[in-house]
Amino acid sequence: MNPERIKENRSNKDNYFGQDVYIPASNWFIAASLVAALILNFLPLQGDILVFRPDFVAIAIAYWSINHPHKMGMGVAFGMGLMMDVGNTGILGQHALAYCVIVYLTLIFGRRLRLFNSMQQAPQIGLILLIVQIVIVLVAVSGGSALPDGQYFFATVTGTLLWVPGSFLLATLLKQKPDPDAL
Amino acid sequence: METAPQFFRHGPGPFVRLFVFALLSCLLIVGDVRFKYFPQLRQAIGVVIFPLQKIAYIPANIYDQVEEFIASFNLLEENIKLRQIYLENREQLLKLASLEAENIHLRNLFGAVQYIETKTRTKAVLAKILYTPRDPFNHKITLNKGSQHHIQLGQAVIDDKGIVGQITQLYPWSSEVTLLTDRDHSVPVQVVRNSLRSVVSGTGKNDQLELRYLSVNTDIQQGDQLVTSGIGGVYPPGIPVATVLRIERDPTGDFAQIISTPVAGVDRNRQVLILSLIQPETHDALEMPKIESGKN
Repeated sequence: MNPERIKENRSNKDNYFGQDVYIPASNWFIAASLVAALILNFLPLQGDILVFRPDFVAIAIAYWSINHPHKMGMGVAFGMGLMMDVGNTGILGQHALAYCVIVYLTLIFGRRLRLFNSMQQAPQIGLILLIVQIVIVLVAVSGGSALPDGQYFFATVTGTLLWVPGSFLLATLLKQKPDPDAL
Repeated sequence: METAPQFFRHGPGPFVRLFVFALLSCLLIVGDVRFKYFPQLRQAIGVVIFPLQKIAYIPANIYDQVEEFIASFNLLEENIKLRQIYLENREQLLKLASLEAENIHLRNLFGAVQYIETKTRTKAVLAKILYTPRDPFNHKITLNKGSQHHIQLGQAVIDDKGIVGQITQLYPWSSEVTLLTDRDHSVPVQVVRNSLRSVVSGTGKNDQLELRYLSVNTDIQQGDQLVTSGIGGVYPPGIPVATVLRIERDPTGDFAQIISTPVAGVDRNRQVLILSLIQPETHDALEMPKIESGKN
């Protein structure tokens, strides 16, 4: 992204939610956010809420992979996926594959996505989350499960809605941190 | 784009990386689904994520405590109610004890010794549900008791109404329960009305179990109670499993289609009971009559 574009983005008041690409994020912060996302995914929810539960880990991986692609590798996504698989008592490799697909898609479209503010990013993230769910369904079906009903894809909708506040939260948390390398 | 894309400076391109990781995932998936490899890998990851699951359980814990605190105001009423239920249950238990004694006596007369003793006396451990899966493919739940609490593979899990499932994967501090509704899960059952024996299997759908391979003219009715038969030695006999919901008898087919609903409610409970395994002595006990009757 060239500097003029950034200035343009910053001067534009409509871009309030626009992410600042050049905020550095420490590895610790990224790791902490991923662990927090895992904990959110592991919340012992029951009943109808389960339908709306978004995949926090997928969103966190997408966020870091878009904004800090050199820190969010496919290996990390794979490891997170394995943890999700064991925690979720599913097929080993199911979420791992899906999360690797996120990183792949964001590596390809990441630089384009970074030109948009988070409002504009949301529908595109929604598409990525949908692809992720389709990968998970495909693996489950190949393992012998029946196709889920349409309700299953509500998680994509809630995930998309979560993208704007989520990325705003992460960006604000990052901005508050004083940068030790700022000199 | 005047600057070179630094991010891909080292390592292969995104597609190659995806290919490698996809291949790895596929290996894991095939190994897991087809051959059930990698139990150790699963266990290791299970240990790593256990603290996270524990942390994730804190809100539920707080909720429980608040609920308990509020409930403590009606403690007296609850106590009276519980005492009543206890008395009612006590009466049934006393009946059970006398029935058991009578049963043992009769069996002794027949020469089958001490079989019943292992059957009705099972120990139970209370466990909390740590996690219920997020997608409709996994009919499994995670409990907060594991091999450190002397839980063993294959133990039956029940709630206050009936069978919930069976422990199929052990971690040090937690365990996985395969629910009745899981596609690969079957329970040997018996119809209470006429003690017809069969096997009830999960269909992969919530609230639906299936009685397979019963012929069209089988004596089974809507509303029939199914209890465990105890055959197979995993589930103790006589615990409610399901109620028959509907029967489709197609005269052209070989088998009747019998759909039933599980009695226990997994999505309604926070706590379940893990029953201890039935003693393996039952097999010897089954052999006993021949020897004994031979002597007689």
